Amino acid sequence: MSTRWEVETARGAGSAHHAPTDTATPAVQVEGLTKAYGRVRAVDGLSFAVRPGHILALLGPSGCGKTTALRLIAGLERPDAGRVLLDGQVVADARTFVPPERRRVGMVFQDYALFPHLRVADNIGFGLPRGPARAQRIEALLAQVGLAGLGHRWPHELSGGQQQRVALARALAPQPRLLLLDEPFSNLDAALRARVRAEVRAILRDAGVTAIFVTHDRDEALSLADEVAVVTAGRILQRAAPEELYRFPASPAVAQAVGDADFLEGVAAGDLATCALGRVPLARPVEGPVMLLFRPEDLVLEADADGPGIIAAREFYGHDQVVTVRLPTGAELRVRLRPDAPATLHQRVRLRPRGPVVAFPRT
Amino acid sequence: MTALSRAGDRGRLLDARAGLRGWRGNVLLGRPGGLWPLASTLIAGGLALPILTVLASLVQPRDPLWDHLARTVLPVYLTNTLALAVGVGLGTLLLGTGTAWLVTMCRFPGRGLFEWALLLPMAMPTYLIAYAYTDLLQFSGPVQSTLRAWTGWSRQDYWFPQIRSLGGAIFVMALVLYPYVYLLARAAFLQQSGCLLEVSRTLGRGPWRTFLTVALPLARPALVAGAALAVMEALADYGAVQYFAVDTLSTGIYRTWFGMNSLATATQLAAWLVLMVFGVLVLERLGRGRARYYYTTAALRPLPTYALRRLAALLAMLGCALPVTLGFVVPAGAFAMMTRRGGDPLWGPAFLQLASNTFLLAVLAAALAVLLALVLAYSLRLAPSPVTHLTTRLAALGYAVPGAVIAVGVLIVAGWLDNVALGALRSALGLPPGLVFSGTLAALVFAYLVRYLTGSFTTVEASLTRIRPSLDEAARTLGHGTPSMLWRVHLPLLRGGLLTAALLVFVDVMKELPATLAIRPFNFDTLAIRVYRLATDERLAEASTAALAIVAVGLLPVLALSMAIARARPGARDT
Repeated sequence: MSTRWEVETARGAGSAHHAPTDTATPAVQVEGLTKAYGRVRAVDGLSFAVRPGHILALLGPSGCGKTTALRLIAGLERPDAGRVLLDGQVVADARTFVPPERRRVGMVFQDYALFPHLRVADNIGFGLPRGPARAQRIEALLAQVGLAGLGHRWPHELSGGQQQRVALARALAPQPRLLLLDEPFSNLDAALRARVRAEVRAILRDAGVTAIFVTHDRDEALSLADEVAVVTAGRILQRAAPEELYRFPASPAVAQAVGDADFLEGVAAGDLATCALGRVPLARPVEGPVMLLFRPEDLVLEADADGPGIIAAREFYGHDQVVTVRLPTGAELRVRLRPDAPATLHQRVRLRPRGPVVAFPRT
Repeated sequence: MTALSRAGDRGRLLDARAGLRGWRGNVLLGRPGGLWPLASTLIAGGLALPILTVLASLVQPRDPLWDHLARTVLPVYLTNTLALAVGVGLGTLLLGTGTAWLVTMCRFPGRGLFEWALLLPMAMPTYLIAYAYTDLLQFSGPVQSTLRAWTGWSRQDYWFPQIRSLGGAIFVMALVLYPYVYLLARAAFLQQSGCLLEVSRTLGRGPWRTFLTVALPLARPALVAGAALAVMEALADYGAVQYFAVDTLSTGIYRTWFGMNSLATATQLAAWLVLMVFGVLVLERLGRGRARYYYTTAALRPLPTYALRRLAALLAMLGCALPVTLGFVVPAGAFAMMTRRGGDPLWGPAFLQLASNTFLLAVLAAALAVLLALVLAYSLRLAPSPVTHLTTRLAALGYAVPGAVIAVGVLIVAGWLDNVALGALRSALGLPPGLVFSGTLAALVFAYLVRYLTGSFTTVEASLTRIRPSLDEAARTLGHGTPSMLWRVHLPLLRGGLLTAALLVFVDVMKELPATLAIRPFNFDTLAIRVYRLATDERLAEASTAALAIVAVGLLPVLALSMAIARARPGARDT
């Protein structure tokens, strides 16, 4: 388990300190992968690798090319340039194209793509060779995904979460060397999503399978993956372990992609920066004009009749509340507070960061 | 949902082929530029050829006969045809919309029965209902005889409407063609969100005003599409108007062709008829307007239904019972009575020969239609491109074109093939001249394909569209190659659609009269031809056996459709 968090990186700012410590062959490796539809480059020189047994999330807004990346790895699309390697073997490059049925890459589709004319058991057994072991394997998988006894049902007789697990079991059945999941939870309602997410994580860990999944939901990416790659316009902005990515994003765009983020302009000199909140400590020394990142939970709010800020809005969520503080410069910062913390509209307050602040050089 | 109606199909066809879901070229199965576009172009080009030939006659020099016709009978043909179109359009709108509203929105005894029974008249071809009503309503028929027996009147004492007239033609055709409007109107009413109707009620409008100001305008595209289908069937009719001696363009084509022996002039009349059909299509487009009438929410709420009581319920029952009775029960009953009393003197081996001729033709045409439809549908799915879109649209031209026109076009094409193409080959090989295409079964089956391929294509294409591309991809990532995927995923999912498509063509071919009449090989008779010939000789009682056989087979798709309707109620959907 100790090496689980060390993942090879072929590209990506901010994670250079994650240098490879092991030369084991990656389960999947893509290099310079490019795919265009007409004039739109859906995937633009994408490179990354995932080591066996790890889960990588590709996080990005819809239309950023992450699904195309999955389809290229599965062999459902041909790349325009670049190559795909599975266990060190080239499966797609300028000369080679191994068709999807010979790649041993499992895929869970966004719409699950369960065969409507086959019962649950036959759906799961679709990729298995005929023989005495088949029925056993189906039973084992049904049990593994918590659907024991439902093999005779038709897909449409199952709930959305159950269909999702059938799709997962079907993809796992032929013991793929890599599992791809395309927005696996987007068809589930919010209440179900958190539970299914935990179940899927447990199933993937049990199976010890290498997996890549794409999502536009940052909670999903951060909670499910060993590593998250933030993708925009067909390129990876940064990839790192979830904590690293959240605490030390490489750019304002990444900061916003993985969590709530507000920014203040400031001027840095070494370990300190001056901004609308006064002087704040910096996480890493910088010089010159900077953008300072403030997450709502990183700020401390104090009532102060002479304070520079005014509470401009307040949203109460139950488990916490978020107040928006307007500063004299017109900038607004959100602050997360305990639900019982006193905060009233138009109240004068003072803000300070809880700890060192991340700064991005301004150009 | 496996059974799709002809009306449904053609309705969807009218619904802009451009709306076809365009998938990206599927790299797994084929690539643009492969054999698919070539195959679909060949099929579509071949099928469009007869119609294009007919249209080409519009720009050819006119002969003296044409000028004569244009001065004398053409105005009559045109006004009769137009009157028929308008009359049938209005009649089917009234019957179809009214009954559809009653069975979808009101509750009254027998509603469930009427919901499918209203489709029964679809099984009755226009020429058969014309024969049946002539037998019933003519001077010597049971209705007038009974009337005279009761009242003691004789011929000059009373006036009785003449069924063999333009009005009679409109009456009988509206009775069997209204199900097109009924089907599409019913589907439209079911799709309408109940919320919209409830909104209207909460804003103070009563049920009648809600129907007139909300439900009807919302359903307008469907109503117009349904009426357009009915009118096109009416324009295509030959048997009924010929029997009623109403001179329309389609009887004119045959009279000029066989009576005056002028194929060129007949072709020009045919071109006029095609223009009229296209006029209907254009009107249909305009009637739909630019508005998007779809307001569908993911959560379909059950429609609010009005529970009818006493008098209202009785009137609703009568309103639904009348079209079914007049459009199906009475004519079918008349044929059954006639058959019981006498029937076809050929009953026995000779009749069996007729039936097997018909069966052979229908099976051949159905099998070929499904095969070609599969090729077209797969080329559209696997290699979508402007070329394949255009070719499928071209191949779909025939559905609106009357059989008489297709007969003219097919004969011209077949004659050209025999005389020019094969003639050259034969003289080169030193063979005696002969006809391979003209007047053969091949030409007849070709004509059926031109006319009915669209029905099978839309059905096959619809069931292929329901196979989401992700199913293909799932099969591939699970280790199945293309052949295995087609066999294990596509075939089981397409089977119902293929059967439906074959059934639709089978029944249409069974009933077909005008093209069969003109193209069939010498001495090759089908059931429809038998009925036509006996009826023309005023031997209606003898024609009843073959007529009954046609109606019985025609019931098959109607039953399939009504079962689909019963299953496809909102809330009882499959997946």
